[in-house]
Amino acid sequence: MNTFTYDIVIIGGGPAGLAAAASAKRNGIDSILILERDNQLGGILNQCIHNGFGLHTFQEELTGPEYAKRYIDQVCDLQIEYKLNTMVLDVSADKVLTAINRTDGLFHIQARAIILAMGCRERPRGALNIPGFRPAGIYSAGTAQRLVNIEGFMPGKEVVILGSGDIGLIMARRMTLEGAKVKVVAELMPFSGGLKRNIVQCLDDFGIPLKLSHTVVAIHGKERVEGITLAKVDSHGKPIPGTEEEYSCDTLLLSCGLIPENEISRSIGLQIEPVTNGPSVNESLETSAEGIFACGNVLHVHDLVDYVSEEAAAAGKNAAKYIQSGCSLGKPGNSVSILPTGGVRYTVPKELTIDRMDEELTVRFRVGAVYKNCYLAVYFNDKQILHRKKQIMAPGEMEEIKLKKSELEHFGHLNSITIQIEEA
Amino acid sequence: MEIRNLTCIGCPLGCTLKVALDNGEVKSVSGNTCKRGDVYARKEVTHPTRTVTSTVRVLGGEIAMVSVKTEQDIPKEKIMDIMASIADVKIEAPVKIGDVILADAAGTGVNIVATKDVARG
Repeated sequence: MNTFTYDIVIIGGGPAGLAAAASAKRNGIDSILILERDNQLGGILNQCIHNGFGLHTFQEELTGPEYAKRYIDQVCDLQIEYKLNTMVLDVSADKVLTAINRTDGLFHIQARAIILAMGCRERPRGALNIPGFRPAGIYSAGTAQRLVNIEGFMPGKEVVILGSGDIGLIMARRMTLEGAKVKVVAELMPFSGGLKRNIVQCLDDFGIPLKLSHTVVAIHGKERVEGITLAKVDSHGKPIPGTEEEYSCDTLLLSCGLIPENEISRSIGLQIEPVTNGPSVNESLETSAEGIFACGNVLHVHDLVDYVSEEAAAAGKNAAKYIQSGCSLGKPGNSVSILPTGGVRYTVPKELTIDRMDEELTVRFRVGAVYKNCYLAVYFNDKQILHRKKQIMAPGEMEEIKLKKSELEHFGHLNSITIQIEEA
Repeated sequence: MEIRNLTCIGCPLGCTLKVALDNGEVKSVSGNTCKRGDVYARKEVTHPTRTVTSTVRVLGGEIAMVSVKTEQDIPKEKIMDIMASIADVKIEAPVKIGDVILADAAGTGVNIVATKDVARG
């Protein structure tokens, strides 16, 4: 069996993997390998043919494939090696990867550092507890997106969509443009997780109704979906008897959330955060295993690819630093916890060591509900150091604060940083 | 006087905008929290535009479809005309990002361009 050796191996050739690779190379590492299981680089961006990507990074609106191309070009210009159609089967704690493809067969790679960039997966029907048979015609929204945009097949003619996240909204428009009738988009929550822009341009533009606080309680049809029953839900998400409505359809698309894809992380034995379903990381985006870093949707689900690229570039830079310092990020030193409370669900990272920080550290987080006219407050120990007015904060929008190393050093005896929402 | 209700797309706040129109002329915008809402409402009721993105079939390519877009925004009411104009278009591989797939689509004066490279398969 072949055994290769590389300084940095990156698992995943989507937006996170590409940006991490380019950054590691620019920071002085030559021996880099990207492993991608699909037959092209770019990951999920390849099927996201709609526009709206890159406003933050490139100050222009790109489609998914165009955004991916910018980073694929960087990887090619920097002569970074990659293997397509390659599946990573296992990673050991001493950084030996086992992978397989048709050219090399089964092979091992000894890496000095690993960057996890596997992205996320859609929540499947099995995780939603919708009773009924298992007829053809039930797809996750992303599967339908791949069928339409890459393979060139239409999954159905009359469609109901459960879940109003951005992928569901985008697919409502896409199916309509390709001639299908989208009858309704149902959302369990009393608000949509999708961007306002998508609600207006994907639903309102085409007269597609959005039913909030509604869910699918039954799927009809044995061989093929023939219809669904929709019901209103109460404040606990429980269907209210007597509110059932029937819809005939041949297709049900599910857009019910994304889950970071961490099978490999679990097999390494990495510590996983229950809120994000991603690995716990420190200021360097290093997981609980030394020299194994994580970035992008495998770490926590992002809403903007621009932030994935930014986070991945930091992971690439930190992995380069780790290699250049003889496989070490330096002494652990005093660890400072970052505590999410008062409406903040989680932060990435959740702890930092001031000595290891860059001059500036971005802490990303999400809130658990919609807050209007509130304040974002940051405390060093018990002292408030930020009290910023926010017109709105919503679960669908990732937030961030920047911490300056000099300010943290200057504070002295810092044990914890608290981030919370305060009502006005 | 005609009143049009819109949802602002500027930020997650999603203000409900009321636009008062007289003979197609905007008399007032209300319900907005910031300037962006005002600008959006005036454009949306007078000449709403959209970028249309879709796919067309590739012949002899490594993949079956190539993603495309209107090179600029087109009037909103032309969306389905644009879709009809590219419904039967087939393009021979290789395709380069930015290649014009269809010039002056549906009489809008706007070209449909490829947004992805597709090599010969």
